[in-house]
Amino acid sequence: MENSNITMQSEKISKSFGGIKAVNNLDIKFYSGKILGLVGPNGSGKTTLVNLLTGVYTIDSGKIKIGDSFFSKILPNKILFYGITRTFQKIRLIEQISVLENIAMVVAKKDIISAIFENNKKFNLNKSKEILKKVGLLEKQNEAAENLSYGQRKLLEIGRVLATNSEIYFFDEPFAGLSPKMREIISEIILELKDQGKTIILIEHDMEIIKNLSDKIFVLAEGKKLKYGKPEEVLSDMEVKKAYLG
Amino acid sequence: MEYLIHILILISIFSILGITLDLVVGYTGQLAINQSVFYGIGAYSTAILATTFEINFFWTIIFGILLSATVSFLVGIILNRFSGDIYALVSFGFAIIMHAVFLNWQTLTNGPLGISGIGRPEIFGFVFSENLFFLFLSIFFLFVVYFLCKILVNSSFGRALKVVREDELVSQIFGYKPVNYKLVIFIISSSLASISGALFASYVSFIDPSSFILLESIFILTIIIVGGISNIRGAILGAIILIFLPEAIRFIDLPADIAAQSRQIIYGILLLVMMYFRPKGFLGKFRI
Ligand SMILES: Nc1ncnc2c1ncn2[C@@H]1O[C@H](COP(=O)(O)OP(=O)(O)OP(=O)(O)O)[C@@H](O)[C@H]1O
Ligand SMILES: [Mg+2]
Repeated sequence: MENSNITMQSEKISKSFGGIKAVNNLDIKFYSGKILGLVGPNGSGKTTLVNLLTGVYTIDSGKIKIGDSFFSKILPNKILFYGITRTFQKIRLIEQISVLENIAMVVAKKDIISAIFENNKKFNLNKSKEILKKVGLLEKQNEAAENLSYGQRKLLEIGRVLATNSEIYFFDEPFAGLSPKMREIISEIILELKDQGKTIILIEHDMEIIKNLSDKIFVLAEGKKLKYGKPEEVLSDMEVKKAYLG
Repeated sequence: MEYLIHILILISIFSILGITLDLVVGYTGQLAINQSVFYGIGAYSTAILATTFEINFFWTIIFGILLSATVSFLVGIILNRFSGDIYALVSFGFAIIMHAVFLNWQTLTNGPLGISGIGRPEIFGFVFSENLFFLFLSIFFLFVVYFLCKILVNSSFGRALKVVREDELVSQIFGYKPVNYKLVIFIISSSLASISGALFASYVSFIDPSSFILLESIFILTIIIVGGISNIRGAILGAIILIFLPEAIRFIDLPADIAAQSRQIIYGILLLVMMYFRPKGFLGKFRI
């Protein structure tokens, strides 16, 4: 673990929906410069965990540590400031503005004065275009986001998190339903982020992808840790196999 | 000719009301039914300051803007706690309350008797007493408001409003504070709306609370629904249609009792037609 620090961790966090304990007393740690594969059967709490760690849901109990600070409550409009960003499993773009604007709104400064006076407009637009180029959507820049294909929409979500220049990235099933070529683009982006020392959490059902990209794998089952370790260890584990086969 | 000028002045005034309302309804998706309030604040500011204190029209506009800004800041904080239908209802209530204020704060507004003798604007010795010149002045203010709003909605600020309108959570995840944006646009909208009240008061020279009733707020909302929401040019089109149409009907030979009701009937039919063809506009709901 040379040069790798814990950048974020949870301490005994829980979240229930009615009777269901979606996340149950969970401890999990994330390291800089590492990709953590987060896997588990459908409904095991992966997305809920990301929602808790990004302020989308409030935690019922427990604490979240970011850097050296502890939180029992995280506000969604603070996470960018804390250096955290995420994609959504169920794609959430701003449908009625252009592809370019979907990126520019992330690149631009967010305070109202800067927004009204359009500080650094040109710089922001050029930066947004660079990002679109990276995810292969430059030709679509003036298209409304709602007119993109499913795969292009996924790529735009990836572009959007890249535009934040954050430290911690949650990718909630970024590869799902994509062509091999698109998967290649996203893999490269994720590996590049890793090389830059970023913290990456990758949720994915395809074990081949997970095995190739992850440094460690964390298996969730019913909101709890089932297994944690190196990919080859975890994936050959009988308990893990059983959890997946039901 | 004089009649056409009169209609065009009204269109300018209601275009300002429509454009500014669209900033809130069209760009943040909140169904604000209170534009009559800031129309009224602008009108009463001018009426009171011009008659009692003999202050120049152009200064009264500035006062109206500042007063509207203050009121909208306070009310905006409350309105921001609500969304959807409840927001519409609360803003509705606000319009009713403020009408009651205009009606009952007699020492200030002279209550139902209204305020008369409001003069025409004057600048460097020139008085806009001719209606034609007053029309030019109204159009001038319409353009100022139009271009300010145009710049605003096309800026990063306008984009942020659309982001907030479509998905508040995503806006937050990417660092925006939706409440601040909604409050600021509400203040800008309300402040600029008060200009129309000043023009109206000075134009008709007499105002009373009946011009600033809830129905007026609904009329202004109808303007932007008919014209097309989230497009400030649409507000002008809407004002033209809604003010011209009833006037045109006048020239058709209708029995007097039907003619009297025709305005309401036309608005009702128009609203139904628009809701049918542009339901997205009326409901202010945007795809998630
Ligand atoms: N907003 C919510 N309201 C009620 N129940 C919820 C909510 N979000 C998640 N759940 C429940 O919590 C449990 C965990 O769901 P979650 O979406 O986190 O699973 P997941 O591991 O991401 O599954 P998948 O692999 O299918 O994406 C499920 O039982 C789900 O029904
Ligand atoms: Mg999920």
